[in-house]
Amino acid sequence: MHRWLSLVVRKRQAGTESRVTPTNPHLLLLDETDNVLLATRAIAAGTPVTIEGHPIILGTELALGHKVARRPIAAGEAVLKYGVTIGVASKPIDLGEHVHIHNIVSNYTRTHTIEAETDHG
Amino acid sequence: MADDGMTMRGWLRQDGRKGIRNLVAVAYLVECAHHVCREIVWPMREEGVQLIGFPGCFPNAYGQRMLQALCTHPNVGAVLLVSLGCESFNKYQLERVVEASGRPVRTITIQNTGGTRSSIEEGRAWVAEQRALLDASPTVPMGIDELVIGTVCGGSDGTSGITGNPAAGLAFDRLVAAGATCIFEETGELIGCEHIMAARAATPELGGILEASVAKAARYYATLGYGSFAPGNADGGLSTIEEKSMGAYAKSGRSAISGLIKPGDLPPKGGLYLLDVVPDGEVRFGFPNINDNSEITELIACGSHAVLFVTGRGSVVGSAIAPVLKICANPETYRRMSDDMDVDAGRILDGKATLAEVAQEILDLLVAFGRGQPSRSEALGHQEFVLGYKSFEPIGPACLPTR
Repeated sequence: MHRWLSLVVRKRQAGTESRVTPTNPHLLLLDETDNVLLATRAIAAGTPVTIEGHPIILGTELALGHKVARRPIAAGEAVLKYGVTIGVASKPIDLGEHVHIHNIVSNYTRTHTIEAETDHG
Repeated sequence: MADDGMTMRGWLRQDGRKGIRNLVAVAYLVECAHHVCREIVWPMREEGVQLIGFPGCFPNAYGQRMLQALCTHPNVGAVLLVSLGCESFNKYQLERVVEASGRPVRTITIQNTGGTRSSIEEGRAWVAEQRALLDASPTVPMGIDELVIGTVCGGSDGTSGITGNPAAGLAFDRLVAAGATCIFEETGELIGCEHIMAARAATPELGGILEASVAKAARYYATLGYGSFAPGNADGGLSTIEEKSMGAYAKSGRSAISGLIKPGDLPPKGGLYLLDVVPDGEVRFGFPNINDNSEITELIACGSHAVLFVTGRGSVVGSAIAPVLKICANPETYRRMSDDMDVDAGRILDGKATLAEVAQEILDLLVAFGRGQPSRSEALGHQEFVLGYKSFEPIGPACLPTR
């Protein structure tokens, strides 16, 4: 828990965008053991990004605060953020793929969502 | 605190606690008295007269205890109770408790006062009288170590756990170090964090109690079929309750956890406490907390002078009785809703501020509130209040090992 916090603080205070150099600066790694990265700003679909040295074209828009796979994640594998398990992959997830409710599930209670009707117009 | 820059002004109550506000609370004791209360409050709602109450007609020990705690909260200086007349709420006991606390109290029973119009007139006259007396009452110096601060998050998203919540946690660490009392809550939003949290408990026995409180929450929510997770959380990038929990957990900071309390319990001394908000026993009366304000109400019933509210999606609520300090975690939300936000923690993501700077800003604002500055939600007139049915077993001695 506090490992990631101090990590974030250290990176912030360094004031650089250097973290793991080959990774896009707007994709934040919270803990070295994580298999997801966090978007620190919205990144449009089709944007070329580099993750751990791998060039990727983002397949979908990544909104601020959303996650992307740092490496391929197998179905049934734990999804790690902050260095802890935040759920399990419900299907195989590719490197650079959006990681969200369509491909991970809780180990505790199911996640409830509603269709955003106003967004369909 | 020796530092003069941190001295606030408070109203000293008979029990030794000090309030940072000096309010008249007007409480309805059943929904049937709500309209009369609202009408009494409305003309003076911006002059320190606030509406609270319990809607149900059936008796409930929790509801009774909550209103007793709220009517004797240090921010409250006088209390008007409004009863319809035939409800089950024990207004006699509530009046005795408030009276014993040294506060002026009056009960209006609508059925004995000639109905709506005359009850409103009588209530407004009494409240105006009390308001004038409270306005003339003296203040005393108050230190940071005398503060009780709660924290809650609402409308969380993927930014909450990396900016707003850790900043609130760091502010909590500094408050606890200064001798203040801090309360975090919502065990349903600590699901998945129970083991790391237990490791911070003052004693191993308390650690076990903290774990058990989260296990109880997980069972409760599993029975209800929904976690403490709203669709907006998912829109904001959170995928599961345990992911949301990890972010929420960061609000608690890094201090040792001194105890576990339940709604209406007052922490015995400075330190960090977990408020267990999930009812005991079988699942009854529905969801533990139907919205953010029911959690805020419980934090205030435990004596919180103010509540830190971290939001990512953008909540606008405040509360009756205690100011709410809105910390916006998401820089995009802040740009859209800055008028509602006290603190822009999203600057951390933009690299424009450090966690430490935002934490200090939170502390400075709390002191400013303690000197009379209104929070954004107070200035906008927000005085939300939610209280419903619950049932709790009293806490045991192992819950407060350092007492």
